[in-house]
Amino acid sequence: MKILNQEETRRICERVMALTKADQCIVKLNGNRTGNIRYARNNVSTAGLLEDTQLSVSVAYGKRQGTATINEFDDKSLEKVVRRAEDLARLAPENPEFVPAVGKQMYKPSETYSKKTAAIDPEFRAQAAAYSIEASRKSKLVCAGFFTDRTSFTTIANSNGVFGHQEETTLDFTCTVRTEDGRGSGWVKRSATDVSRFDAREASAVAIEKALRSVDAKALEPGRYTVILEPAATSDLIGFMLSGFNARSADEGRSFLSKKGGGNRLGEKLFDQQVNIWADPWNPDVPVLPWDDNTMLPRERTALIKDGRVAALDYSLYWAGKQGVRPIGGHGNMIMAGTSKSTAELIANTKKGVLVTRTWYIRLVDPQSVLLTGLTRDGTFYIENGKIKHPIKNFRFNESPVSMLNNIEEIGKPQVIAGDEVQYSMLIPPMKVRDFNFTSLSDAV
Amino acid sequence: MLVPVFGNAIAAEELMNPVAPAFKKSLADAALNSATKAGASYCDVRIGRYLNQFITTRNLNVENIVNTESSGVGVRVIANGAYGFASTNDMSPDGVANAARQAVAIARANARLQTEPLHMAPVQGVGEVSWATPYTRDWRTVPIKEKADMLIAANKAGLDAGASFMESRLFQVNQQKYFASTDGSYIDQDIHRLWAPLTATAVDKATNKFRTRDSLAAPVGMGFEYFDARPEHKVQAAGGVTTLYTRSYDLIEDARAAGRQAREKLGAKSVEPGKYDLVLSPEHLFLTIHESVGHPTELDRVLGYEANYAGTSFASLDKWRTRKFKFGSERVNFIADKTTPGSLGAVGYDDEGVPAKRWDIIKDGILVNYQATRDQAHIIGEKESHGCSYADSWSSVQFQRMPNVSLAAGKERLTPDEMVKDVKKGIYILGRGSYSIDQQRYNFQFGGQLYFEIKNGKITGPLEDVAYQSNTQEFWNACSAICDERDWRMGGSFFDGKGQPSQVSAVSHGSSTTRFNGVNVINTARKIG
Repeated sequence: MKILNQEETRRICERVMALTKADQCIVKLNGNRTGNIRYARNNVSTAGLLEDTQLSVSVAYGKRQGTATINEFDDKSLEKVVRRAEDLARLAPENPEFVPAVGKQMYKPSETYSKKTAAIDPEFRAQAAAYSIEASRKSKLVCAGFFTDRTSFTTIANSNGVFGHQEETTLDFTCTVRTEDGRGSGWVKRSATDVSRFDAREASAVAIEKALRSVDAKALEPGRYTVILEPAATSDLIGFMLSGFNARSADEGRSFLSKKGGGNRLGEKLFDQQVNIWADPWNPDVPVLPWDDNTMLPRERTALIKDGRVAALDYSLYWAGKQGVRPIGGHGNMIMAGTSKSTAELIANTKKGVLVTRTWYIRLVDPQSVLLTGLTRDGTFYIENGKIKHPIKNFRFNESPVSMLNNIEEIGKPQVIAGDEVQYSMLIPPMKVRDFNFTSLSDAV
Repeated sequence: MLVPVFGNAIAAEELMNPVAPAFKKSLADAALNSATKAGASYCDVRIGRYLNQFITTRNLNVENIVNTESSGVGVRVIANGAYGFASTNDMSPDGVANAARQAVAIARANARLQTEPLHMAPVQGVGEVSWATPYTRDWRTVPIKEKADMLIAANKAGLDAGASFMESRLFQVNQQKYFASTDGSYIDQDIHRLWAPLTATAVDKATNKFRTRDSLAAPVGMGFEYFDARPEHKVQAAGGVTTLYTRSYDLIEDARAAGRQAREKLGAKSVEPGKYDLVLSPEHLFLTIHESVGHPTELDRVLGYEANYAGTSFASLDKWRTRKFKFGSERVNFIADKTTPGSLGAVGYDDEGVPAKRWDIIKDGILVNYQATRDQAHIIGEKESHGCSYADSWSSVQFQRMPNVSLAAGKERLTPDEMVKDVKKGIYILGRGSYSIDQQRYNFQFGGQLYFEIKNGKITGPLEDVAYQSNTQEFWNACSAICDERDWRMGGSFFDGKGQPSQVSAVSHGSSTTRFNGVNVINTARKIG
């Protein structure tokens, strides 16, 4: 199915809502055309195009709710998905925590669409791959990468008058370049809404340079070090931590934001004074939809951490009602304040330390302290007297982002980075952090 | 307490009516013909209908019940020596023929960058055949009331036993997959899988401490009979510390134990870091096997096809070629299979039409083979594919995915209790916990759900804040004992991620309780703010 415009999706939503006599009906419609090219060993391995449209229908009778989804849109299929949702709702037990759908909302559009990105074709993708393959071949290196572009629409509607429709484009490019003997490895990631902000040549050159510089890594003893963390090294750590900003978990005593004796730590200073993190759907570097699909409430520019203090927690509609808090749409991006300093300047100001360009396979070890474990990857270097002295072997770390954001010494200029495992668009600065805890060495390159 | 309000079972309606094979064959032929006409030298078509039902509960409330359905067609071709893939949810002859032409156009665009020719190991066309997961009770016909009652009863049992909060979920999957290729196969498969994860949380507000205990059961490739909770499918862990499950699961009993054990964890002793002999239960060890043996022996990783995402592998071809690479101690034997009944990996044929099989990966501690697809088999001197090709949706391109990879049971009679008797300073670990491993699968760190201290051959009490760190080869060479086949059972991963764009697959790993000597254990307790 092609990318549908606002009037087409409005008609589908109205047809669906007219098919049910349930107390309420919530409709979500998502369609996307996603192209990709994947390459490895300096050859294209797979490439493809996916077009799909998904319709989700939730209906409720009193406090009983059921949801069904389908990807077919003829009259029979629309009827089928509505009846299936109705069946489920009739059979479901009452949910005492059921909250009726929100009423009509105003959504201020955000700039999530680029015509140029929507026009990307297989030739463009092949050319993006060719830049890194050809440059790698010239340098006797081996590259593997992935370029994907996505044009999509999201429509939300409910029987209380909510309607929202917006189109989005995104592209993501990642490339790993390795030396033929496997002793050096470099990586790069670029994400954008508008393809004119993307340069495959520039990105490939970054991965190539890191691969060449990371050969002959020396072992450094595990322990606590001053580190300079590039944005790709902290994005998932901070993302994991923000996923724990759930108000209900905190109030219920099962979060690092729970207070001894009950309640939460909203307003408490848990981080360094320099830490300011907020969400803003209209930020031009990391724009996201102006509503939250889950609650259908508008997103707002919201401070999450202000001057090191916890400034906001995430509330579900139910928990907001119970606690007497005004609910807002859950955030879809994350912006951390920085300075104008480059990573090179942070390095120049460092007597002894470790430069971490990327972290990998991060998992929560203990939710009580948000202790995370993971590894450095694709470019880790020893810094001495303001200069990168030599590459070092990768480390495993066991560290809490709460401690990390408490131990900040210096902050650089924010850069766009999409999380590997955390689904936020982010603007994060490189950071110099003391006492980062590396617990063992890894032989992996 | 049972949920009070219910009607009849979910209308089975079209959920139960699979698309007729004749229709699927005609659609597949439209794509095959279109691809061939456009210049493809090979084409395969996968027509998929994916039905899922998810139920989520919290304490005594059912939070959500969701049915999902997704149908469409994926077409893969080889043209000018390169792959192309396109997919569509337009299931008309014109729609699939168009997708086939798009796939050929994509292959041609890619061919100019191709320097390595594709070698596809031959597959004998099997004509029109079918395969289905063996089950006695179809999850699609089980009333919603019965499922919700079961989950709420489990939560109630956990709360009564000491949990402050209980969450349980039920994932039910049905994949109706039709594969056709220019090799002359038309394969219709009906695959069923289930998983019922739960989490008990105990909170002590006075100390601001909380602990969780997750389910100890495995996801399975079975029907709803998995929840029959048959007494003969229950086993006692070493020292009777908890009850474990084999071919059916007592969700309510496990939830009750989870509630009690989450509360007990609040007062457990914090581990002293150092070297310990680890006694690892199959409910825990499956994930260590998955990460440290399953992934590094994926041939696409070894060759560098996953270098940009999941990574490569220390188990390189040069090590394999020596036929002497000591992956583990001589008692370590790993077998790959797509055939074990009840496992998540069991199918009749893979997504390249290759029949399911079983083969050795590590024999007497030596790396002897990998996991391969049709285009990889020649690299390791195999005449045919291992049948490891899988795509998670009609819209995803198939690629090499992990079969079940299992540690063979010990050859000498040994029970977990007898194993513990030989341990002077050790830790007994059960359940899957935190896990992380590097991109070449050398350095890993794992946690569990339950930890018990072993001193001088006896389990002395629960421990907390435990994680072990090791290197894969050192770890498997430190394997000093494996219980016999009476203790062998499978765990599994329902959502194993790999590839770009990322795809999930479900895979099981079997083992008996196994001992590893002198492994480094760290203490994970930290203070913040």
